[in-house]
Amino acid sequence: MADDRVRNDGAERSLLSHDASVFDGGVSGPICFPTSTAEVQSIMRIAMKHGRSVVPRGAGTGLAGGAIPLGAPIVVAMTKMNAILEVDIDNRVAWVEPGVINLDLTKYLTPKGFHFAPDPSSQQVCTIGGNVANNSGGPHCLAYGVTNAHIAAIEVVLPSGEVAMLGGLDAEPAGLDLRGAFVGSEGTLGIATRVAVALTKNPPHVRTLLLSFASVRDAANTVSAVIAAGIVPAAMEVMDQRITEAVENYVHAGYPTDAAAVLLAEVDGLAAGVDIDADAIGEIGRANGATEVRLAQTEEERALLWKGRKTAFGAIAQIAPDYYLHDTVVPRSALADVLEQIYAIADRHELLVMNVFHAGDGNLHPLLIFDAREPGVLERVHAAGGEIITASLAAGGVLSGEHGIGVEKQDYMERLFTSDDLDHQARLRRAFDPQCRANPGKVLPTGHSCADIQALRSVPTGVWG
Amino acid sequence: MSSNTASLMATLTSTDPVLAAFADQVGSEGPVAIVGGQTRWSTGGPIDPAARLLHAPTGIVEYIPEEMIVRVRAGTTVAELHTELADRGQRTALPQRSDTSTVGGAFTVGENDLAMLRRGSIRSALLQVRYVSAEGRVITGGGPTVKNVTGFDLPRLMVGALGTLGLLAEVIIRTNPIPAASVWLRSDVADPFRARDAVLAPSVVLWDGSTTWIQLEGHGPDVEAETASLAAVGSFTAVDAPPALPGERWSLEPAALRSLAGTNSDRLANHDTGAFVASVGTGLLFAERPQPSRAISPVVAALSAQMKQNFDPTGRLNPGRIAGTN
Repeated sequence: MADDRVRNDGAERSLLSHDASVFDGGVSGPICFPTSTAEVQSIMRIAMKHGRSVVPRGAGTGLAGGAIPLGAPIVVAMTKMNAILEVDIDNRVAWVEPGVINLDLTKYLTPKGFHFAPDPSSQQVCTIGGNVANNSGGPHCLAYGVTNAHIAAIEVVLPSGEVAMLGGLDAEPAGLDLRGAFVGSEGTLGIATRVAVALTKNPPHVRTLLLSFASVRDAANTVSAVIAAGIVPAAMEVMDQRITEAVENYVHAGYPTDAAAVLLAEVDGLAAGVDIDADAIGEIGRANGATEVRLAQTEEERALLWKGRKTAFGAIAQIAPDYYLHDTVVPRSALADVLEQIYAIADRHELLVMNVFHAGDGNLHPLLIFDAREPGVLERVHAAGGEIITASLAAGGVLSGEHGIGVEKQDYMERLFTSDDLDHQARLRRAFDPQCRANPGKVLPTGHSCADIQALRSVPTGVWG
Repeated sequence: MSSNTASLMATLTSTDPVLAAFADQVGSEGPVAIVGGQTRWSTGGPIDPAARLLHAPTGIVEYIPEEMIVRVRAGTTVAELHTELADRGQRTALPQRSDTSTVGGAFTVGENDLAMLRRGSIRSALLQVRYVSAEGRVITGGGPTVKNVTGFDLPRLMVGALGTLGLLAEVIIRTNPIPAASVWLRSDVADPFRARDAVLAPSVVLWDGSTTWIQLEGHGPDVEAETASLAAVGSFTAVDAPPALPGERWSLEPAALRSLAGTNSDRLANHDTGAFVASVGTGLLFAERPQPSRAISPVVAALSAQMKQNFDPTGRLNPGRIAGTN
């Protein structure tokens, strides 16, 4: 590889020791920017030969520490493999390299009548490879499903350096669904080098509603009632008053700042159905105490409402310098109860919490706001986070809906799974990576993870010279 | 908190004595195979005659329509499940091939429903899986919520694995609302590929080389409007049901179906199907003659063998079956 695509200077290695999470402790080894599958193979083989681990990396927008390098691994930055290789309308797929940015792909496909359905909030910068690694979601996964449902095939460089094509363009590829096992594996099974993503037809009609409520409970109950009525909207997003105020100050989208909560609901599809469903959602909202039901009248108004939702996290910067974004899922019927517990938890720890979340999926995103310069605040943030997880699990929920486990939640895995369950997850992992060289130290708790983690973690900073 | 969510909480770790009894039956030694409805009994090769034959436990454990999920034991028939769900206006992505086909069999084989364009793929319908391991232990993968990225995706690995990695005991499945209106249409002149593109989201598009059938589902007025828009492609008339499907199942890239157009000799050169009914948009095809063995690359075959070795080192689970062979 050309010299400019292998970096080993301290500044860059330090930069890539982090992702968008609050976690640190990572030490990067050399950083490679491959431009072909063959180069990724070479990197894997060299790493294997020298007994080193590798950590694939996309845009570094992960929030669970999945991309932080543990044990001075080779960081394989996939950002230069960013070509849209082929759009195959007949097979309803696009072949892309993993460094393609999510929104760039959708922008490229839109004039052709299609888009890539998963739309994480970070879609302006996050990569398809990162979406595959994390099985990413987004507001519109309510109706369309998360990334796994939109990946037909993946070319993967295995930790051995061999190349495998997982899945296929047909509906029922022969053999085990190794594609399904790879999606969401957080870089621990190998490195994706080409991905066949499913094309979703752009809906001809869209209705976007903004419902205001006097309480978060009323908004949550509306979401449950809509699903119970057999309506599956394209998206149902809730923002509480604090975040709505922040968003409104930031983008001036016309959000009501006096409502305790707003529900952004979208239905798409054919002309009659979107009106039938939009009317029904409005009625369900009013029956559950909506103080205002507003239907976006123009495409501009619609776009502005979504801009507000999607820039919510950027809007936080004006309130406090730091935030910790959580990600748990609860049964939809438990949303209101768990949210009340989350406000109480934040109060107990004297923290400000804002809630903006994928309500339709029961996917909560409590946002703890703080100033890291305040002594002792990080301890309170982590304690509150632990209690939020406990409350979510007690309601029948799970640890993560879309951010993944990374290093953030690996020690919580034993709360959800038995030792036998985790052993089977480790068996899946070891089939791909018997020596645990791909992104070691992630997902599984230390006791169930690769045997060499401790050794990797103890590699001194200067080992790569 | 509602009683529904409380009962889900209790299920994160299995305490169901029925599953424990099933695990005891499986035990930890000797070849063992599971009999479902035997709808697809020959898929993946003949079972080793030395294997003990067992049935998976039955029963719908918990159905929560407002969460659009159902927890059901693997030996339950798809017919029983769908009857229960239909009472609340819901269904699943599971094919209901016969009255005796089981839920566990459907996931184990991994074949999709004919209407997968609308209902989604079977592999995406599985939220949580409980299976008995080669060691005779009940293992849980996934979780009860519709969205979940907590840990490695054991549910996806189990779909279509033919029971070679674990024996399905219980699943939580995503349900879908049954649309208000449904119609089957037939045309002897329409091009099936143009027909597929003329509507937003057909549930099924079938084509036998000359006749096209389309199923449209949704709100009544939308189904009517979509029916009207098909006129641009050709004359369609409403029919009661789709055609009977030949017995051999093929899985092709959707675009490959175009090569079935033309004369019989052209067709033979491409795919030796005999009489066929193709599912346009999915690439599934039902034919007189079986699909030739599909190649699995040596790297993927080795990876699959390693997976089998890790999950079932003595090869006791459904011995004789190999995922990926016809």
